[in-house]
Amino acid sequence: MSQPTVKEVLFNPIFHNNPIGLQILGICSALAVTSNLKTAVVMSIALSLVTAFSSMFISMIRSQIPSSIRMIVQMVIIASLVIVVDQILRAYAFSLAKQLSVFVGLIITNCIVMGRAEAFAMQNPPLLSFMDGIGNGLGYSAMLLTLGVIRELFGAGKLFGFEILSLAKDGGWYVPNGLLLLPPSAFFLIGLIIWGLRTWKTEQVEAPAFKMAPQVINKEAY
Amino acid sequence: MEHYISLFVRSVFIENMALSFFLGMCTFIAISKKVETAIGLGIAVIVVQTITVPANNLIYTWLLRDGALAWAGLPDVDLSFLGLLSYIGVIAAIVQILEMLLDKYVPSLYNALGVFLPLITVNCAIMAGSLFMVERDYNLAESTVYGVGSGASWALAIALLAGIREKLKYSDVPEGLQGLGITFITIGLMSLGFMSFSGVQL
Repeated sequence: MSQPTVKEVLFNPIFHNNPIGLQILGICSALAVTSNLKTAVVMSIALSLVTAFSSMFISMIRSQIPSSIRMIVQMVIIASLVIVVDQILRAYAFSLAKQLSVFVGLIITNCIVMGRAEAFAMQNPPLLSFMDGIGNGLGYSAMLLTLGVIRELFGAGKLFGFEILSLAKDGGWYVPNGLLLLPPSAFFLIGLIIWGLRTWKTEQVEAPAFKMAPQVINKEAY
Repeated sequence: MEHYISLFVRSVFIENMALSFFLGMCTFIAISKKVETAIGLGIAVIVVQTITVPANNLIYTWLLRDGALAWAGLPDVDLSFLGLLSYIGVIAAIVQILEMLLDKYVPSLYNALGVFLPLITVNCAIMAGSLFMVERDYNLAESTVYGVGSGASWALAIALLAGIREKLKYSDVPEGLQGLGITFITIGLMSLGFMSFSGVQL
């Protein structure tokens, strides 16, 4: 396998190989924190930084890690970074940290971080791994921000808490769609986004697990 | 007693780990193609969750909480920032120990669960169980009940989803929606169904 270029690792994960849309990684937090844009933005930044730095550190020591305990080593590095992020959020944005509740801590078990460490950082040099981390963070952020914008704009008529569409209950014209603020809507939206993405990039379409056989004996049908 | 029963019911139905908090989604979607494997994984999650939540509760109460080290003569020490690191360590260690114990004493169960056990370390539902336990200040008995309940809720959800997906593969799904897309929409509908429990007052 030839060395991927910086540009490839940075931009491929956004559409070609989106961590949420194609690799099925890191979905938990994508659903839970997107009911408003602010938490989505904070979460994207936190996750991108953790992925990038953990990939970089793991890649730096990748030839020293014995393969039998590599999971634990990766976990310790990731957990330490998440603790740093958690403490920073608690110090500078306490109410936001309360809103994100356990989801900052759950970055540790977010499959994107672990998956990139295992699949990319263990084989590639630090700088490239760092870029790969940022790239996957961007892919994740793209999905999160799309969801956050749609859910907050159409669910509450606001963006970042500022009113964009004037609500009917305050004399405006827009009747908010409350469903979009509820958890299930995130699933529907991701499903639809994946549909759109795969219609555009047809090579991502999965083969059906079961094909209906055509009805050949038409006598029996009557 | 009533308190514990209502805590159990709440953690299984109203605060369903998978369908109302979206935890453990990666494995939830990846391993739900067959009912049999889904149930195997579900049972493994219940077992691990039942052990790890109380274990982490003990660690939190006796080692990490503000002033918890008073028994060691250090009443001013607050180690709660080490929480994340110790919980994940405990989870990884318990999964590893469980794997070895099962391998030695109950090989049949080990063969049934074997492949799923390592997956559980990175299942966010397990980690979240411990984090919710800390956030809501459960005591040891409550956290045991919560561990069983939240494990069961996840197992229930994955078994249901696997049942639906087994039937779903015979239906004619639009091309781009095939596989992952339709699974998301199915989960959305299931979670809509589970939302009806949220009106239940206990």
